Amino acid sequence: MIGTDTAAGAARSAAPQEIYVVPARCTGCRSCEMACAVEHSQSKSLFGAITETPLPRRRIYVEAVDTVAVPVACRHCDEAFCANACITGAIRRDSRGFVLLDETRCIGCNSCIMLCPFGVIQKEETRHVAVKCDLCPDLPGPACVAACPTDALRFQEAGDFARSRRRTAAVVGAAAAGGVVAGPGGDADPDPAAAD
Amino acid sequence: MERSTDRATLYGLETAAREGITTIWDRYEAQLPQCNFGLLGVCCRMCLQGPCRIDPFGEGATKGICGATADTIVARNLARFIAGGTAAHSGHAKHLAHTMLKMADGKAPDYAIRDEAKLKAVATRVGVPVDGRPITDIARDVARAGLLEFSEREEPLAWLETTITPGRKELFAKLGILPMGIDSTIAEVMHATTYGVDADPVNILLTALKCSLSDYAGMHLGTDLSDALFGTPTPRASGANLGTLRADSINVAVHGHNPVLSDIICEVAEEMDDEAVAAGAPGGFNLVGVCCTGMEVQMRHGIPWATSSLSQELVITTGALEAMVVDYQCIQPSVADVAACYHTRVITTMSMAKMPGATHIEFTEEHAKDRAREILQLAIEAYPKRDPKRVDIPNITSTAFAGFSTEAIVAALAKVDPDDPLKPLVDNIANGNILGVCLFAGCNDVKATQDENFIVLAKALAKENVLLLATGCASGAFGRHGIFTQEAVAEYAGEGLKAVLTAVGEANGLGGPLPLALHMGSCVDNTRAADVAVAVANYLGVDLDKLPVVATAPEEAMEKAVSIGTWAVTMGLPTHVGVVPPVLGSAAVAGLLTEGIKDVTGGWFIVEPDPAEAAKQLIAAIVERRKGLNLPVPASAAARA
Repeated sequence: MIGTDTAAGAARSAAPQEIYVVPARCTGCRSCEMACAVEHSQSKSLFGAITETPLPRRRIYVEAVDTVAVPVACRHCDEAFCANACITGAIRRDSRGFVLLDETRCIGCNSCIMLCPFGVIQKEETRHVAVKCDLCPDLPGPACVAACPTDALRFQEAGDFARSRRRTAAVVGAAAAGGVVAGPGGDADPDPAAAD
Repeated sequence: MERSTDRATLYGLETAAREGITTIWDRYEAQLPQCNFGLLGVCCRMCLQGPCRIDPFGEGATKGICGATADTIVARNLARFIAGGTAAHSGHAKHLAHTMLKMADGKAPDYAIRDEAKLKAVATRVGVPVDGRPITDIARDVARAGLLEFSEREEPLAWLETTITPGRKELFAKLGILPMGIDSTIAEVMHATTYGVDADPVNILLTALKCSLSDYAGMHLGTDLSDALFGTPTPRASGANLGTLRADSINVAVHGHNPVLSDIICEVAEEMDDEAVAAGAPGGFNLVGVCCTGMEVQMRHGIPWATSSLSQELVITTGALEAMVVDYQCIQPSVADVAACYHTRVITTMSMAKMPGATHIEFTEEHAKDRAREILQLAIEAYPKRDPKRVDIPNITSTAFAGFSTEAIVAALAKVDPDDPLKPLVDNIANGNILGVCLFAGCNDVKATQDENFIVLAKALAKENVLLLATGCASGAFGRHGIFTQEAVAEYAGEGLKAVLTAVGEANGLGGPLPLALHMGSCVDNTRAADVAVAVANYLGVDLDKLPVVATAPEEAMEKAVSIGTWAVTMGLPTHVGVVPPVLGSAAVAGLLTEGIKDVTGGWFIVEPDPAEAAKQLIAAIVERRKGLNLPVPASAAARA
């Protein structure tokens, strides 16, 4: 639920988990989009969701750049333009630092849509409200991350994610230097191609 | 979700976990979450411009690259599923026809016609002259007539036309879905569904229905020829479950579908039993069946049945299996991996079905017994390598009465009324002692708790006096849960059903009722049940879509189950499936299959994963049919519906 912190400038709790993307691992299967839509349906089941009116909306988008697929999701920005622009206070940051939207307060003014640098807020035209990522409050973690078959999406703390990327880069570097690499170690990406 | 309701399977899974062996359930979990586009059937991979998929939520692509809609894609995918199932069933039948032909030409000396009456009945039905002819000549002509079913004929399939009601024949002709050749219909589906041919979902579904009728004909042919070559099954007691493996014996599992090999193995194992004893196994050979080839030898020889396709790996993890001999269909490639952890030899036998890690012994009908000896010799060689410390056979078995072919059922009824065998059955349906008939068919599916849907449904329907028939893995579920016993009648049958089963059982000298469900054979034997329904329909002078007869495949998994379910619906039966097939991505196709088709064939699909709810819907369908025939509807059934 939405906390009572003011939207802009609130201190985020220490090291919240967020959605991180490893684009090189994305195969463009759109499993994340589907899981997101299902989780944001009334029935929360695939076979139920596809018959609902209105149809549930996804909040993560797999964009194609030439032949490369890139999942784009809400970054829950520290300087959240959407929240700053929200004239009714419908979009606020909660105590964990998540930028969340309270539909009951949304007047459908589109300000957040206009200002989001990532284009991940959309209008739900039937109910005339904005829809955005809520990090799946009813689940242990976001549905999109759980649905990703290739581990292209991760729900981690910033430090942990950076550590895993650093480890991958080190393994690639060690191999390039002629070292014998027994294995990637840690939670590093086993696929050197993924070292963006 | 629990993996199984079967204690022996759960025991085997514990063994597998302890031994660090992955099973189908582990691999299923590794696949989760599964692709939602695939689950909805909206993924198309039929040209190299794709793969395409349609967004069911309407935000992404609403058409494939070629312009195909979700309706077209779902219909095409379903049609190809049915063609796959038809190819498998009819390929099995074709193999039997070739075997019979070789036998008749003296090229397969290890085979013979074991049921001449059945062969003559089939010959007469399909127009092969019988009178005064040597049996091998009749067999040759029946085999050739069977092989002709596969080609591009000028008239409809004999094995369809001569086995259905006049009403169905007329309807299929009117709809333009009388197939003119089994293989040509399969090819027609492939043609109609390739890039840029049929885009009309209704027309695609009609082609699919036609193909399903080829499936029916192929299955009927398979059962007919098997009965003629190996004997028409008669009732016999057998055993079921993993406890039928014996620590003191050389255990050999026959797995797959066709009796062409497994029946010979039974014969040769008996001949070689002394060699097995000499190899140090006091119990000699112990044959067990897995999957439907297991059903074939259980029906004809009472060979115990160890487990179904889903849990096939757990026969190996008993540590007591010397050889798993496989032919084709429903054989998990993983058995070779599991066998590699033990002394077990996996032996493939068919040129079209090999497996990395297995030993291949090419089976030919010309040298059937020689090959069977070679195969069993490998089992003898494996026996000394068995590690007694790893032998872990769950001590769990059930009694399973098998062998209820159509002929056996009619013979049992004839003991009640020799002049008019169908009369006791029809009278008891009419007076409500038997509310209706339900055929249980299909597979186990890793997505459903093994056997749960079968058993919940069986108990619910038996309580409402529905007569239960079973084939294939449904027979497996019933066998290992004690449904094929007389005791189950006392426990689960309603009063009317109990009275009928008891009257027929006692007339046949069983000193009690028939078993609660009648085991009619392997999955290819489903037309045995259709024959009973057709006989009853013709007796009453009504068509199949008026009878209080339903079908269910509550844990279906394979293409073959989809093609069987489709012909059941085409034949006019309300047909339940418990695992949602990949069709919901098209509301139009799903609607046609579950509602629209009712106005066309009289049958329809009931898609319901919850077995209690499915029982309600099946009883409702039976009640609706009883009302249509002006038959009384007992209050309890009316309330359940």
